[in-house]
Amino acid sequence: MALKRTALNAVHRAAGARMVEFGGWDMPVEYTGIIDEHLAVRTRAGLFDVSHMGEIEIRGAAALPLVQLVTSNDASRLSVGQAQYSALMYPEGSAVDDCVVHRIADDHFFLCVNAANADKDFTWIERHNTMGADLDNVSADYAQLALQGPRAASILAKVTQADLAHLKYYWFCRATCCGVEGLLARTGYTGEDGFEFYFSPSEAEGVWNGLLDAGKPDGLIPAGLGARNTLRLEAAYPLYGHELDEETTLLEAGLGWIAKLDKGEFIGRAALAGQKQHGVRKKLVGVEMNDRSIARDGYPVWMDGEAVGRVTSGSYAPFVRRNIGLAYVPPEQGQAGREIEIEIRGRKSPARIVPLPFYRRDRK
Amino acid sequence: MYPPEFLYTKEHEWIRVDESIGTIGITDHAQKELGDIVFVELPKPGDHVTAKEAMGTVESVKAVSEIYSPVTGDVVAVNSKLQDAPEKLNSDPHGDAWLVRVRLEDHTETESLMTAEQYQAYLNEEAGH
Repeated sequence: MALKRTALNAVHRAAGARMVEFGGWDMPVEYTGIIDEHLAVRTRAGLFDVSHMGEIEIRGAAALPLVQLVTSNDASRLSVGQAQYSALMYPEGSAVDDCVVHRIADDHFFLCVNAANADKDFTWIERHNTMGADLDNVSADYAQLALQGPRAASILAKVTQADLAHLKYYWFCRATCCGVEGLLARTGYTGEDGFEFYFSPSEAEGVWNGLLDAGKPDGLIPAGLGARNTLRLEAAYPLYGHELDEETTLLEAGLGWIAKLDKGEFIGRAALAGQKQHGVRKKLVGVEMNDRSIARDGYPVWMDGEAVGRVTSGSYAPFVRRNIGLAYVPPEQGQAGREIEIEIRGRKSPARIVPLPFYRRDRK
Repeated sequence: MYPPEFLYTKEHEWIRVDESIGTIGITDHAQKELGDIVFVELPKPGDHVTAKEAMGTVESVKAVSEIYSPVTGDVVAVNSKLQDAPEKLNSDPHGDAWLVRVRLEDHTETESLMTAEQYQAYLNEEAGH
């Protein structure tokens, strides 16, 4: 099957981006270099084309009951204009996908889901829609840009009239940016302040160039999926297919905070309640290498002469300048400070368990 | 761009042979493909390496890549500067950031390697796919 392309594909190629396949999409992995782009987002700002992400709309009188049934967080607590991190759930307590649920109106929800999972998610929600909510997979109707970094708000203020000072973290509004109307959310996947703008793909080039021009004096540069991954790893945000999959429950992934067991019945609730009582099988921990070697997805974790777990993500972390990773280990062996070994191409390298996240921004 | 005095492999290593000593590195194409290089693992002086077999690893932020030796022989020198400054492989892959020097056991092994012109044609062909 041919790779899908975002509306900005030619723009990325003309800018000299290196392109890779990701989740069935032909996406820019880097422009000037992952380290350069990562540091720009931490210290200035970066602009990401994340139009590959999927969008699903749920409407009607049955919208809230359906969202409450298929997701783990409590959407009834959302005000109109507010968003929450959540997960679409399997009965086993694991995630079909992780997502951001936006409440556009009392009876209208907008879900942002992972690109590779969008069709699977939609089918899953549809299958559980016995209450008759209106469902739409609108992934093809939206471009999505993420403007991230400490200067994101001041850059965005140049191209929108939206009241950014009063748009709080995980809130959104209808807004016009660079002359184009869309949904503007103060969300992101980098650990920095920032915004995500959802709008018509036919306007993608104008908004992309408009933001880059507005941000040029502030050092805004385009950033690719490579930096997006190292940024989310420093912030210890999970990535579906790595920290999250069908075999891993929310509690094991450290996402108990989005599993609202007291909100009423939802898919996976019983399994999570059981685990809460009887304990989890594994625990997600942060690891840091004690030498210059780099842990990667799938590498075995050793403790006291036994292979006890696996790395799920690992990289050199450009801002904290350490070799870090996320790994699953037995829950009783996951204390921060423990010395461990990571098996790298047949050789064991010394590492230790460290507290998460690796990076947390200073909030004023 | 690709020095005419080097020979090249399909795995994007280069070798410059002076008498019986071969200096080995990775090509500019290789460093560009990898992106920011952050770790290099090399054999030690005295180690024996074999043509077409892995002799070390280069890691960028996003990927791990094995380095294959273009020739067979004993390692006589290792570029120790790369341990603390692997990013030199991005800035000067054909010069200061050579990897190892090997005493060649069999000069005929170099006959199957590509010239600079052949390597450039090989890259063009790969890019065309």
